[in-house]
Amino acid sequence: MLDIQNLHASVGGNEILRGVNLSVPAGEVHAIMGPNGSGKSTLAHVLAGRPGYEVTKGEVRYKGKDLLAMSPEERAREGVFLAFQYPVEISGVSNVYFLKAAANAIRKHRGQPELDAIDFLALVKEKAKVVAIDESLIKRPVNEGFSGGEKKRNEIFQMAVLDPALAILDETDSGLDIDALRIVAAGVNQLRSPERAMVLVTHYQRLLDYIVPDVVHVLLDGRIVRSGGKDLALELEKKGYEWLEAPAGSR
Amino acid sequence: MTTAAQAPTFPAEVVRWREEFDSFRAGLPREEPEWLRALRTTGMGAFEELGFPTTRQEDWRHTSVAPIARTSFRRAPTTASVADLAVLGSLDFGRAFARRQLVFVNGRYAPDLSSGTSADGVHLRSLREVLDREPQIVQPHLDRQASGPGRCFAALNSAFLDDGAFLSVPAGTVLTEPIHLVFLSAPGSQPTASHPRVLVWAGRKSQATIIESYGGPADAVYLTNAVSEITLEDGAVVDHYRLQRESARAFHVGTLCATQGRATRFASHAISLGASLSRLDIRQVFAGEGGECVLNGLFLGGDRQHMDTHTWVDHAQPHCSTRELYKGIVDDQARGVFVGRILVRPGAQKTDAIQTNKNLILSREALVDSLPQLEILADDVKCKHGSTTGQLDPLALFYLRSRGIGEDAARALLTYAFASDVVQRIGVEALRAGLTEHLQRRLPGPVDIKEAAV
Repeated sequence: MLDIQNLHASVGGNEILRGVNLSVPAGEVHAIMGPNGSGKSTLAHVLAGRPGYEVTKGEVRYKGKDLLAMSPEERAREGVFLAFQYPVEISGVSNVYFLKAAANAIRKHRGQPELDAIDFLALVKEKAKVVAIDESLIKRPVNEGFSGGEKKRNEIFQMAVLDPALAILDETDSGLDIDALRIVAAGVNQLRSPERAMVLVTHYQRLLDYIVPDVVHVLLDGRIVRSGGKDLALELEKKGYEWLEAPAGSR
Repeated sequence: MTTAAQAPTFPAEVVRWREEFDSFRAGLPREEPEWLRALRTTGMGAFEELGFPTTRQEDWRHTSVAPIARTSFRRAPTTASVADLAVLGSLDFGRAFARRQLVFVNGRYAPDLSSGTSADGVHLRSLREVLDREPQIVQPHLDRQASGPGRCFAALNSAFLDDGAFLSVPAGTVLTEPIHLVFLSAPGSQPTASHPRVLVWAGRKSQATIIESYGGPADAVYLTNAVSEITLEDGAVVDHYRLQRESARAFHVGTLCATQGRATRFASHAISLGASLSRLDIRQVFAGEGGECVLNGLFLGGDRQHMDTHTWVDHAQPHCSTRELYKGIVDDQARGVFVGRILVRPGAQKTDAIQTNKNLILSREALVDSLPQLEILADDVKCKHGSTTGQLDPLALFYLRSRGIGEDAARALLTYAFASDVVQRIGVEALRAGLTEHLQRRLPGPVDIKEAAV
């Protein structure tokens, strides 16, 4: 599904990713852990195509295609979804219109007929159950006045509606209390499927108690320095990141 | 001749306007009252003294009226061609804003194009007709607000005072339907000028909604120099809409004055879309306690349009509130100016005023000057102001695109979102819907705004 080879990327002239190699097959959930500043969020945003995040070297294949050659909207239409750590507030545009515009752009790209308002509302109601999102939030302006937990739920709700093949969740657990975390994690778990790959970017092991990954990777100083099973996360929780020294010559 | 040598020498453009004035005055009815003649003469005299403003004057620092000064405008004919009249239908976006509508062509009342006039004690008449028949009813109100030091365009309007709209709503009368005043310019081949005047008197506890529309045929060159004066007696409620859709080569100068009595509510919604050069001055005064003033504004500039809005809010009395929200969107090489002044006079305690100006710059060459000004001379007040000018938020754009929405559509959606709160505050449904559609056409990408609205 996703194949990253020697990916180097810079933001504002600073090299953040220094040779990432990562392969995520369909049906698997991979967690990327690492301390602050290790490049986790940068990796997530580079994969989604954020302008200003400059890839200086390397290659990313997604379903065999050159992901880096695509615009952010093309990636989304091809099935890439990024759940933002800090979802953006857009006043004056309703959540439901925003989602319908997005869903229909994706459907059009796939050669499917666009959904009318009635069909779309039915879809929305069904998917709202995934994260138990209040229907009143769906009609409100995008993320405006939402609590931190509501914003994160809204991200997962969008993911449920847009039905991506590759979902990248950037610090989805940050700012959530334990109840909200349970709900969001349950939503994500419902969306696990043999056709879908997921990349969870997280600082803490806590999220992985609820969304159990198939593989855990440790990103340090812009490179993946270790990969392992879900036990690796527990080890990191106990020992911290210090014992995993960045490999020699990484700087 | 010795007298000629002693006479002050005015710049050529002022002399041209004086000649125009003399010829205009010669054609006026002979039986006009003396006060009306004096009002015009005073206006012309004030204009001669002032001349056109220069950018060295503080109030005109950001706007040069040189293109107006150097153009030789004739008085407009009072007839319009069929083609001109076709414009009429488009001025309200093809929607009838109101059943009661007075139409003015080149500043002159066009009864054949108008519908619904006076009834039930409400005067809705042409100002010319009132001046001819019952000048005494407008005398107490005419030009009590618009004139003032340095106001050269208002002075010029007074000099050429001839026709316009007169609305008077008796005490206790509530007009549930809006009244639409349409000012159509139809200049023909030469640049022309019109100086329409609107006079509104809202009696005690009366209510009215007034829409003023300004426009003309595409590419026509003309000057509209409009003055509106609104008086709200105690307890009156007036919603005022101003839709400026002049031709792309026109000049528009507008002055809107409102004086609010005790416990009144005045809301002004000013939408500026047209003209190559436009300037709007809104001057409001609280003359009684407990008044409420709402100023909403939106300007949308493209090409090389220059759009300037100045607002003055005068908290001369205690316990009054102001909510001001002005938004500007500029594209291409357009330039916007917002100068908003709120004065809280000594003794105007418990004043509650919020002024917000936000501007969106869509291109590298567009520019907005924003100068919010609060002058507070009372101590027990709540006042704040804020001003932001910037481009579309790149992170918001990325957020939309990361969901599959194309870049153009994302830009359009965010631009619409920026304007939406001003648009949503428009209470006249036909106007709000028409403006929404218009925005949709002017926005850069495919987006169905009607659905996007919250």
